[in-house]
Amino acid sequence: MRRTATAFLAAAVLLTAACDGDTGSSGAATPGVTGTEVVVGTHMPLTGPAAAGYSKIAPATKAYFDFVNAGGGIHGRKISYTVKDDGYNPANTQQVVRELVLQDKVFAILGGLGTPTHTGVLDFLKTNRVPDLFVASGSRSWNQPDKYPGTFGFNPDYTVEGKVLGTYVKENHAGKKVCFLGQDDDFGRDSLAGITKILGPVAAEESYVTSNPNVGPQMGALKAAGCEVVLLATVPGFTALAIGTAAKIAFKPQFVVSNVGADPTTVGKALGAAAPLLEGVVAANYLPLTTDEASPWIQLFKKVNTEYNGNAEFDNNIVYGMAVAYLFVQALQAAGQDLTRDGIVAAVQKNGFQGPGLVPLRFSATDHAGYGGTQLTRIEGGKAVFFGSAYQTDDGDAPVAPYQGQAVAPPSNGIPQA
Amino acid sequence: MTRPSVRESRDAASDVPRGERPRSLRRLAPPAMILAGALVIVGLSFLLPPFRNYQLATVGAYFCVTGGLTVLTGLNGQLSLGHGALMATGAYTFALAQNRWLSLPVSLVAAIVVTTVAGLVIGLAAARLRGPYLAGLTLAVAVVVPSVTSTFDEIFNSDQGLSVALDPPPGTIPVEQWQAWLCWAGALLSTSLLAVLVRGRFGRDLRAVRDDETAARLAGVDVARTQVAAFVVSAACAGLSGALFAVLAQSVSPGAFPLTLSLFLLMAIVIGGLGSLAGALGGAFLLVALPTLAQAVAEGTGSPRLEGNLALVIFGVVLVVVMLAAPGGLASIRFRRRRTS
Repeated sequence: MRRTATAFLAAAVLLTAACDGDTGSSGAATPGVTGTEVVVGTHMPLTGPAAAGYSKIAPATKAYFDFVNAGGGIHGRKISYTVKDDGYNPANTQQVVRELVLQDKVFAILGGLGTPTHTGVLDFLKTNRVPDLFVASGSRSWNQPDKYPGTFGFNPDYTVEGKVLGTYVKENHAGKKVCFLGQDDDFGRDSLAGITKILGPVAAEESYVTSNPNVGPQMGALKAAGCEVVLLATVPGFTALAIGTAAKIAFKPQFVVSNVGADPTTVGKALGAAAPLLEGVVAANYLPLTTDEASPWIQLFKKVNTEYNGNAEFDNNIVYGMAVAYLFVQALQAAGQDLTRDGIVAAVQKNGFQGPGLVPLRFSATDHAGYGGTQLTRIEGGKAVFFGSAYQTDDGDAPVAPYQGQAVAPPSNGIPQA
Repeated sequence: MTRPSVRESRDAASDVPRGERPRSLRRLAPPAMILAGALVIVGLSFLLPPFRNYQLATVGAYFCVTGGLTVLTGLNGQLSLGHGALMATGAYTFALAQNRWLSLPVSLVAAIVVTTVAGLVIGLAAARLRGPYLAGLTLAVAVVVPSVTSTFDEIFNSDQGLSVALDPPPGTIPVEQWQAWLCWAGALLSTSLLAVLVRGRFGRDLRAVRDDETAARLAGVDVARTQVAAFVVSAACAGLSGALFAVLAQSVSPGAFPLTLSLFLLMAIVIGGLGSLAGALGGAFLLVALPTLAQAVAEGTGSPRLEGNLALVIFGVVLVVVMLAAPGGLASIRFRRRRTS
C-alpha cells in the first residue's frame, strides 16, 4: 500500500514540479498577445525525410519578422516565432502543436508544413479556436471554411496546380504517353485529380511513402509502361530520387514536377554530381524566382536574408518563407491595433492583400484556399526560368485561363502598411 | 532454453517479484488501489494546466501498456519487441470503429478484442520460440506496421494515417482533463486486473515458467498455455493503450508506432523495475518526462536538430545508471529504503 502510494505521490510531485513554468500566464483575453508582443508558432520538418530544403523556410520567416521587429514591429508589437521540429511525422506534429497551443500559448499557428502532418491537427486547432494561417501545403483540406473556419492555405492547391501542369502537357506533349508518380496521401491524390481533369486518365500511376526511400520499383514500372511524360507530385528528396533512379535505368522521360518538389537548388544538391539531369525539367511557381535579380521582391528578400538570416544560401524556400511572413504582417496590419483571434481571421477573409504572388490570393468568407494559380518554369543552365503566362483556375471545373494582372512592388521600407 | 537478454535483469530483479512483491500487492486490495489512484488523478487533473493534463493522460496511456509488458517480460520472461505494433493494432481498430459508429465504449472494446486476437496469434507462435528467436519474431511484427499501412492504403491511408472522429467531452469538462480521466480509468482498471491476476495462481504459474520450464512442467503447469495466456493478457493491455493514444492524438499513423516505441517501452519497464507494476508506472512516467527534458535541453542549446536524438541518449544513460546503481530498477530503490528504515 505504502509503496504504491509513494509511487503515485512521487509522480504527483514531479508533475507539479514540472509545471512551475506555467504559472506566470497573464489574464489577457487573447492568448499570445500582449501590448508589446505577439507570439506565433509553427511545426516544421527540421529533421527527417522532408527536411531537405523545407528546413530553411522557418528561419527565413523568422528573419523577415526580425526585420519587421527592428523597424518597431506592428502596432507596437514585436512578432515572436516559435519553431518546433516534427520530423514530418504526423505523430510528432500532434505533440508539438499541443505544446505550442497549450503550453507556449501561441496566438496562431503560422505556416505549419506538410499535408499528412497538418491534417492531423486540424480538429485540435479548431477545438481550441486557434487561427491556423497559411498552411505550407497545397492540400484542399485547408479550404473547408464551414468545417475549419480558422484554417487558411497559402500554396495554390495541388488540384489547381495539377490542372495547370496538365494544360502544359496537353498543349506541348499531345499524344504522348503520360504517367504519374505521387506521394501516397492527399498531396498525390489531389494533384492527380487536377491532372486527370485536364488529360483524362494517365497511362500509369505509381506512389511512394516517405518512410521508404526507394522508388526503384515505381520508376521501373513507369519505364516498362513506356511513359514519355512523367508528372511528379513529390517532396524535393523524392524528386531527386525519382529523377536519379530513372537515369540509372536509362529512362529519360520529360519530367513535370509540382512546385513543392521542384526547387532546383534543393533537388540539385540532393542529386550531387548528377544535378545536370535536372536540365529541361518543367515545374511551376507562383512566387518570384530567386534568379530574377530585377524583381524588387527578390531584392528585398535578399537584403533581409543577408542582414537577418546569416546570409543563408538563397533559394526558393527562402522566398517562400519570407512571402508567408510578409502576408502574415499584412494580416496583422489589417487586423488592427486591437488584435484578437476572430479579428485576424476576419482580416484574412477580407483579403485584398497585394504581395509577391504572381496571381491573387483566393481568400474570402467562402474560400480559404491560397493562391489561385501558378506559372510554368523550365530549368535551363541549372536555373529555373519562367515561360508563358501565369494561369488562374480553381479546384473545380473552371477553365485554366491566363492571368494578365500587373505585378506590384513592395513598399520602399519593405514593411507593408495597413 | 533460457532467454539471455532477459536473464540478467531478471536475476537482478528476481528477489523483488518472487519474494516481497506479491505480499505487498496482497496487502492492497485492488478496489482500494483504484480508489486511491483515482483520487490522486482527479485531484491532479484539477490542479494541472491543460498541457500537463495532456501529459498526465499520456502517462496513463503508457501505464496500460507498460503494466502488461512488465507482466509478460518481467514475470513470464518472454521478451517482446513488438508491443508498439500491438498498440498500433488497437489504435487502428479504434479509429476504424470510431469513424464508423462513433461510440467510445464500442470502439474501446473493439480495439481490445482485435488486439487480443492478434496477441493470441503472436502468442501461439511465441510460445514455440525461445530467446533471440522470440525477440526476432516480435521485432518483425514491430517493423511490419508501416508496410501494412501502405500496402492496404485504402483502409489505413498509408503514412498519413486516419483521423479519429471523437465526440466532445460531456458537459463543460476541458478536453485535456477528460483525456486524463479516460486514460487513467483505463490504466487503473487494467493494472488492477493485472494485479489480481498475478497474485493468484496465474501469477505463480507465470513465475514458475519463467524460472524453470522443466520444473514448472513437473509441477503440473501447462507451460505453453501459460505463455500464450501471458501474451494475450499483455496484448489486451497494449490494445487498450493504443486506443487511448488514438483518443489523445485524434489520429493514428504508422509514425506514431515506430520500432523505437517498442524499444522505449522495454527500456521503461527495465528502468522502472521488471515485473513490478509500480515500476511500470515509473517507466510510464519516464516515457513522458525524459523526452520533454531532452527537448528542453536541446532547445537550450539552440539546436533543434538535437531534439530528435537526445531523448534516446538520455534514455540510454538513465538505463545504464539505473542498472549500475539499482539493478532491480527504480521500484527496488524505494523498496530497499523502506526495509532498512
